[in-house]
Amino acid sequence: MTPTLQSFLIISAALFSIGLLAALSRRHAIFILIGIELMLAAANLNFIAFWRFRPQQESPVGVLIALFSIAIAAGEAAVGLALVIAVYRHYRTTNVDQLDQLKG
Amino acid sequence: MNSAAFVLISILTLGAALAAATLRKLMHAALCFALTFGGLAMFFLLLGAEFVGLALVFIYVGAVAVLIVFTILLTRRDAVKERRVHWAGAVIAVVAFGTLAWSILRTESVSVVAHRMPSLTVGRIGEALMTGYVWPLQCTGLLLTAALIGALVLVMEEKQ
Amino acid sequence: MSRSIIDHLWLVPAAPFVVSLVILSLANSLRKSAAALAVAGQLAALGMSAVAFLPTLRGDGFRATHNFAWFAFGEQTLRLGFMLDPLGAAMLLMICVVGLCIFVFSVGYMAKDKNFVRFFAYLSFFSGAMLGLVIANSLLLLFIFWELVGLASYLLIGFWIERPGAAEAAKKAFITTRIGDMGFFLGLLWLYDRSGTLLFYDGGRGCLEPAGLAMLGGSATLIALLIFFGAAGKSGQFPLHVWLPDAMEGPTPVSALIHAATMVAAGVFLVARVYPLFSLGALNGVTPSLTVVVWVGVTTALMAALIAIAQTDIKRVLAYSTVSQLGLMMVSLGVGGVAAGIMHLLAHGFFKALLFLGAGSVIHGCHGEQDIRKMGGLRRSMPATFATYAVGMMALSGVPLFFSGGWTKEEMLHVAANWPRSRAPYYLIAIGVILTALYMTRQVIYVFLGSRRAAAEHAHESPPVMTVPLVALAFCSVFFGVVLTPAWPWLHGYLTGESVRFDPARLIQPMFFISLSLVAAGIGLGAWMYRKAGAQDGDRAAEIDPLEYAQPALFRFLANRMWIDELYGRTIVAFAWASARMSDWLDRRFWDGLPRGLGAVGRLLSIFATGVDERGINAGVDETTVGARGLGRLLSLAQAGRIRVYLGVLALGAVALLLLYAWLA
Repeated sequence: MTPTLQSFLIISAALFSIGLLAALSRRHAIFILIGIELMLAAANLNFIAFWRFRPQQESPVGVLIALFSIAIAAGEAAVGLALVIAVYRHYRTTNVDQLDQLKG
Repeated sequence: MNSAAFVLISILTLGAALAAATLRKLMHAALCFALTFGGLAMFFLLLGAEFVGLALVFIYVGAVAVLIVFTILLTRRDAVKERRVHWAGAVIAVVAFGTLAWSILRTESVSVVAHRMPSLTVGRIGEALMTGYVWPLQCTGLLLTAALIGALVLVMEEKQ
Repeated sequence: MSRSIIDHLWLVPAAPFVVSLVILSLANSLRKSAAALAVAGQLAALGMSAVAFLPTLRGDGFRATHNFAWFAFGEQTLRLGFMLDPLGAAMLLMICVVGLCIFVFSVGYMAKDKNFVRFFAYLSFFSGAMLGLVIANSLLLLFIFWELVGLASYLLIGFWIERPGAAEAAKKAFITTRIGDMGFFLGLLWLYDRSGTLLFYDGGRGCLEPAGLAMLGGSATLIALLIFFGAAGKSGQFPLHVWLPDAMEGPTPVSALIHAATMVAAGVFLVARVYPLFSLGALNGVTPSLTVVVWVGVTTALMAALIAIAQTDIKRVLAYSTVSQLGLMMVSLGVGGVAAGIMHLLAHGFFKALLFLGAGSVIHGCHGEQDIRKMGGLRRSMPATFATYAVGMMALSGVPLFFSGGWTKEEMLHVAANWPRSRAPYYLIAIGVILTALYMTRQVIYVFLGSRRAAAEHAHESPPVMTVPLVALAFCSVFFGVVLTPAWPWLHGYLTGESVRFDPARLIQPMFFISLSLVAAGIGLGAWMYRKAGAQDGDRAAEIDPLEYAQPALFRFLANRMWIDELYGRTIVAFAWASARMSDWLDRRFWDGLPRGLGAVGRLLSIFATGVDERGINAGVDETTVGARGLGRLLSLAQAGRIRVYLGVLALGAVALLLLYAWLA
């Protein structure tokens, strides 16, 4: 069975859902970051898949978008991790449930 | 496109992702995270975007995963014990997946087969970056610089 | 000439009024100035009265009026006016002369009183009011002056304000005359309603002129009787006589001026003034209203004379004598002898004032003693007083030939005898004449004759300032008779407008002998009855009056003034007290209770409002705030502060959006 666009999309949807699962169900701050990265990666997969399966056209648009997305995701991961370290230094915990100072 | 390869790679990727999402120990999860991106890179290679796939490996596995491992090591004062799986999140994730899958399967237009195309050369990507997409390139560069500075500032020790 | 006099006639009462006001503004120490001003005012009035008198000598019913509008209400104008006619002019002169004598006498009598200045202010005020009364051409103007005179009387009776007896007497006088004045005012209103004018003479339109009288019709009798009621109050006729004897609480000059000569004469004067009203529709000179006047007068005359016989206060005897004489005057007017009555009024003014001033002189000389049983033998120690008093006594008793009173009594008996309706008044008056002579003789014997008793021990004659007026009045009492004799009835002709001629033969007529015999009988009886009263020494205060000895019950009845005051006290006064008490109760319990009840209702309402406010509104607001707080607490749960919750919500929202897109596509 040849993989169609649909199959790739389903894979990316699954990856996205897993990433969502990771972000919502873990208490560790880093795990939430991991989940976010997974979601971003799924979106990248979507882009590349759509680029590959499009009608005849020679344009690297999908690839470029994925490239930029990766770069930005990396930057965001760096900043996020720096945040985790800063928070850890202050509150001595990475458990997001304990970081509820903004509670109303 | 080889369907067997597709299936194998998808199993790998999704399994590693699931492991990354649900493993108790943090280090193991981080390593599985790296593996997930390995699988993803293979997907990209399968799709003919070799440059992006290798770039993915470089950046994610080489940098982001390492960063995550370092951070784990740095914030390890007490073991974070997971009691049980938060099923609310699982439900939401399942619902999201269900909706996406349903909508994907319902759409007629995406059931196409890949056609042959010449592979995309790095030269062509570079040419595109420097001509048509020079603005996004510069902006991304600026963004990354800002992110770098910001991360440094965040992590800097406070003056005593 | 007469026009300008009548136009300025108002100056006659104005002079004493102005003097009174000026004296009121003087300090208490300026006695001489006060007395001088008062006498000057009276002299001015006398001078003006004399001038005004002259035109009236013309005879043939002279009458001049000066009417003016006072104020207008709606379309009607209220007009007042002054008039000058023989009656008025004669009264003016009498009031001024008697007033002047009394003013001068008061300077001596009140010399030691500390309210000297106030006394003369009041006296002048009275004088002005009385003068105004006699020249009024409008019943309303007359009533105004009538009331002013009543006010002056009240002020003067109660002059010694520190004496409760004086205050009581003043109150009694005012209230009793007020009752009479009520009748007067009702009659006045009725007259105005019927005839449309209150002016007496108004060029044919006045209420006493034929045109005005014709409008009255049958109500003339009742109007006349109502006005007579007022006159009866002022002149002390039965049953409103009770105030006059009590009015003796005032200083003696006051008694002389007001309650002998002038004010009490106002009632008689009023009847004479509105005589056309009384005599309207007279059949042979008799009308129902005049008949009532006659019988009231007869009753009063006889009753007062009887009471006078048993009185022991020198002034009370004279007071009841005044009441009796006024009754006589009323009888005279009632039977048709208007001129006779007025002549007696004028003569009585002179000799009654003389008698009162003489009594005042006696009281002054006896250092304040007023009981005649404690006096005696003053003939020797107070000769001038005795002589003048004797003149006055004989004038009052009606001794003919030399004394004015004799002529007027004779004239009154004459007209009473000729009354077509009945001769009973004539007989009763005859008895009254005897009684008058009797009690006057008694008084003279007790006071002046015989030997000295307790109070008279250190009596001395009064100073000239007091005796000279006595002499002047005695002179008037005698020589006034000159114009009264039947031989030359000048005054009669002057008053009635008839022409007179000198005719000595008219002196000798049956009535002359009748009156002479009556007077002689009276004096003789008195001299015989009280012959022993003056003869003995020692303290006679405890001695029994011969009449009392003879008829103790009768004497007691008369001495207690026939118990009339007590009767009034039991009935009318008691009724008034009961009404006042009931009103007080009603006011305090009932009328006061209503506002208090309303106040209680108000309090209840406020309690209710407080309850509503506290329980209802406050509680509601409190509950609202509690609810808001609860809601806030509830809503703040959304701000959990937990990242996972935020993420969950975010994811949920995204999924929802996904579903929406999927469904819409």
